[in-house]
Amino acid sequence: MFNDTVSISAGLDIQKIREDFPILQTTVFGHPLVYFDNAATTQKPLTVLNAMDEYYKEYNSNVHRGVHFLSQKATDAFEVARRKVQAYINAKHEHEVIITKGTTESINLVASSFGKRFIKPGDSIIISGMEHHSNIVPWQIMCEDRGATLKVIPINSKGELLMDEFDALLDDTVKLVAVTFVSNALGTVNPVKEIIEKAHAFDIPVLIDAAQAIQHIGIDVQFLDVDFLAFSGHKMYGPTGVGVLYGKEKWLNEMPPYQGGGEMIKNVSFEKSTYNILPYKFEAGTPNVTEVIGLGVAIDYINDIGLDTIREREHGLINYTISGLQTIDELRFIGEAKERASAVSFLVGNHHPFDVGEILDKQGIAVRTGHHCTQPLMDLFGIPGTVRASFAFYNTEEEIDKLVKGVKKAVMLLG
Amino acid sequence: MTIDQKQDEIIQDFELFDDWMEKYEYIIQLGKDLPMIHEQYKTDENLIKGCQSRVWLHADYKDGKLFFTADSDALITKGLVSMVVQVLSEHTPQEIADANIYFVNKIGLQSHLSPTRSNGLLSMLKQMKMYSVAYLSKTLQ
Repeated sequence: MFNDTVSISAGLDIQKIREDFPILQTTVFGHPLVYFDNAATTQKPLTVLNAMDEYYKEYNSNVHRGVHFLSQKATDAFEVARRKVQAYINAKHEHEVIITKGTTESINLVASSFGKRFIKPGDSIIISGMEHHSNIVPWQIMCEDRGATLKVIPINSKGELLMDEFDALLDDTVKLVAVTFVSNALGTVNPVKEIIEKAHAFDIPVLIDAAQAIQHIGIDVQFLDVDFLAFSGHKMYGPTGVGVLYGKEKWLNEMPPYQGGGEMIKNVSFEKSTYNILPYKFEAGTPNVTEVIGLGVAIDYINDIGLDTIREREHGLINYTISGLQTIDELRFIGEAKERASAVSFLVGNHHPFDVGEILDKQGIAVRTGHHCTQPLMDLFGIPGTVRASFAFYNTEEEIDKLVKGVKKAVMLLG
Repeated sequence: MTIDQKQDEIIQDFELFDDWMEKYEYIIQLGKDLPMIHEQYKTDENLIKGCQSRVWLHADYKDGKLFFTADSDALITKGLVSMVVQVLSEHTPQEIADANIYFVNKIGLQSHLSPTRSNGLLSMLKQMKMYSVAYLSKTLQ
């Protein structure tokens, strides 16, 4: 049923789109590159690369402080990008969009600043059993520091959150819930709207790790009523080294600065410094100007295609992959949630994922193998890791056919 | 045979292979064939934890020479581990400490020695060198 290429193209001219991504024309070990590691990082379209190049060639200058022409131009471009992010997630205010290095820094910022302001001994934080290490360890550090406890929402064997267990965890000690929108290892899409509603019923704010959702699913922070949202530029066709923390104004205003330095101050004296207004309070030091501009252009690119179209296209690719891989006898899927996006994780027989990944690599197929920075999740499944193929709209059915053939070859070689 | 002679022999063997598939088939076969380590030595103490695959290494010292046995949970790593063990085993601590392992690069498996790959092979080599240095200092006392 998935053989009809027209039905899963979602109306996109895929060949034309692929021309926008120069790296997709690369060959690896004599094979055209098949890039199925999009959950780790996506490739970048020419428009993004050109915009970044243009900044360095034509108006490289520090932002927010120069009176001169170039600085003004750079500042304008930087702030235009912030407004593109604001519109993309439908934030109420542009100063609710904090520029960070990436999802990891965004989460660390909240763990540190929110922790200092609101967490006391005896309090607790809720995360889930399918979190990436970057949505586990910052909370552990903060809990240790503040004398708080970390609670974990368990998951079922399909890789779905046990929502009843979540209900049971909600009590007066809980001061924040931090869960992922989409699991990077399993592709599970979590019911974040429901999680937020349930937490808000107890006046508990919620942070959503959207690193694996922002490029696949339309997110409206006001509709979700989410308190904090963290994501990275490089997983949404933008450059590395830039990310976003969205936070509701009321929380951000209450929280102390994360780092001190230039840009984040109003007045500095040796006795006492006062801090700048939002968003600058949380943006110490010279930001990654070119990366922020690149992120803005990446958002333009996504908007041009349309997130609905992207979702439809990627859904088709995932279903096509599942039906193809199902033809391999020894293959078992890790994570079979009803709602999923982005990734398909699997194991073949008793073969180590590393062996399978290496043989796929020799055929020019890039997948991720290992624990995907989710060791507690892998422990739950009792496995050392998985082979993960993760998709973007520019992937093709032909590439998926190659993956299926490649896995069969790996099975044959590994015996 | 010296350590380098053993390495050169492996490199020659690999020159016979026409493509990567044959090469990998051979490595995988090596991984499957060799009884590598006594179960009693497959302990956490002997475990060298890589990010991706795990390697167990055990060393015995007899008649002035070191004897290694090892294992891995990934087959390709295990095949490579068996070659490294074959190359370095039955040599004096001095010879092992001085050895330069170049065959892995020459047969095109250099990625296994990249620290970013962290599959255990590099850590195992380091551990073998450490054993040799430890025995060397013992014999010098």
